[in-house]
Amino acid sequence: MRIGILAVQGAFEEHQSVLQSLGAETILLRQKSDIKDLDGLVLPGGESTVQGKLLQDLDMLKPLKDLINNGIPVLATCAGLILLAEKISNDDNTWFGTLPVLVKRNAYGRQLGSFYHKGDVGNISDFNMTFIRAPYIVSASDNTRVLATVNNHIVGVQYKNQIGLAFHPELEKDKRIHRYFLSTIK
Amino acid sequence: MSDNRYELNKNLAQMLKGGVIMDVTTPEQAKIAESAGACAVMALERIPADIRAAGGVSRMSDPAMINGIQEAVSIPVMAKCRIGHFAEAQILQAIEIDYIDESEVLSPADDLYHINKHDFEVPFVCGARDLGEALRRINEGASMIRTKGEPGTGDIVQAVRHMRRMQSEISRVASMREDELFEAAKEYRVPFELIQFVHNNKKLPVVNFAAGGVATPADAALMMQLGAEGVFVGSGIFKSGDPEKRAAAIVKAVTNYNDSALLADLSKNLGEAMVGINENEIQLIMEERGK
Repeated sequence: MRIGILAVQGAFEEHQSVLQSLGAETILLRQKSDIKDLDGLVLPGGESTVQGKLLQDLDMLKPLKDLINNGIPVLATCAGLILLAEKISNDDNTWFGTLPVLVKRNAYGRQLGSFYHKGDVGNISDFNMTFIRAPYIVSASDNTRVLATVNNHIVGVQYKNQIGLAFHPELEKDKRIHRYFLSTIK
Repeated sequence: MSDNRYELNKNLAQMLKGGVIMDVTTPEQAKIAESAGACAVMALERIPADIRAAGGVSRMSDPAMINGIQEAVSIPVMAKCRIGHFAEAQILQAIEIDYIDESEVLSPADDLYHINKHDFEVPFVCGARDLGEALRRINEGASMIRTKGEPGTGDIVQAVRHMRRMQSEISRVASMREDELFEAAKEYRVPFELIQFVHNNKKLPVVNFAAGGVATPADAALMMQLGAEGVFVGSGIFKSGDPEKRAAAIVKAVTNYNDSALLADLSKNLGEAMVGINENEIQLIMEERGK
């Protein structure tokens, strides 16, 4: 199976090495012509303003949005979650807008607010979650499955083919979330 | 600083990879940088080219000025303190800066000691010209490294020299027999564990950006192809004819640094680049500060 990893900016290599270690073929998506024959899509952490702008300028937004709407399995982390969100509470921009949630950017403040938290993510127990200048989900539509919460804030959801996480499983040695993502790909 | 905090600080640098960090002196410039695609901004009162022109002692920026920039943008905000000036660093930490650059661009406050960065919760980036300097800064607690280059010159030659030297020393350490690593640790004046990490992983233990002299999309692409994980652009943007366009072009060049056709397009009609100073015309050598 062939997983496309958005590689316009951010921590895409970390996702690549986890997915490769699990036996997946990966392709880094740096421009429009890279988007072909994909079975899954990863939207990595980084800065959402940078990634969103580059998606637009490099004409990648529409083809990727079409893939998402057509049901390609997506794993989005941190900035990736912001790109997927239908609405952003403290930003006028929206990017893919395919995930029916309201997110708040930099919800925990600046770098001094970055933290670790151990908790359950869906059926995966005791996962070490890394939050780096992270967003959280203020509200999610009723048909969205909540995967994880920290202090009553939603930090992970699944909606149809899309998994959106406010934290960074790609920074962990624990590969259970990536393994789960690959298991959703037929 | 706890081990956890240090890991979180290295993680933030990982999120900046593949991006461009731009020097800005006003909230307006910060907004231009953000909308052009900067992954972070460096708030400072004078960009390096103007520091050269002005002469005199160059210090940490006014915290009020930095606050103004923090209010203006949603991306991480960095600021510089003088080498060894831990009181300036404490002040920057108090205003919740996202990254401190202990920088040779400012006048050094200490000609012997760098800041003990383990004392801080906020992350530090430091400049380095070779593997030894990089690992010494990491040993002091830096969670990100950049080449020194020669700031404010618009001349890429020093950044190239520093990146090549670092990469070739990394290759050398990686190819050593294990029993040679002890001697290498002595030679580079760093702890054995750091040399061992480089030997095992063929890279620095933290993210490594290029800085000092980047003025064009081609400069940025050159540094990325030489192994930089991202780029700082200081004077190169706001000392040029069309800052917005140049900034956006450099951002795209860092993403697609191997696509020469795209780089050709990006390099067209950017207006005047910063004038620049050649190596043999430089009065003040900043890279010699802090070894």
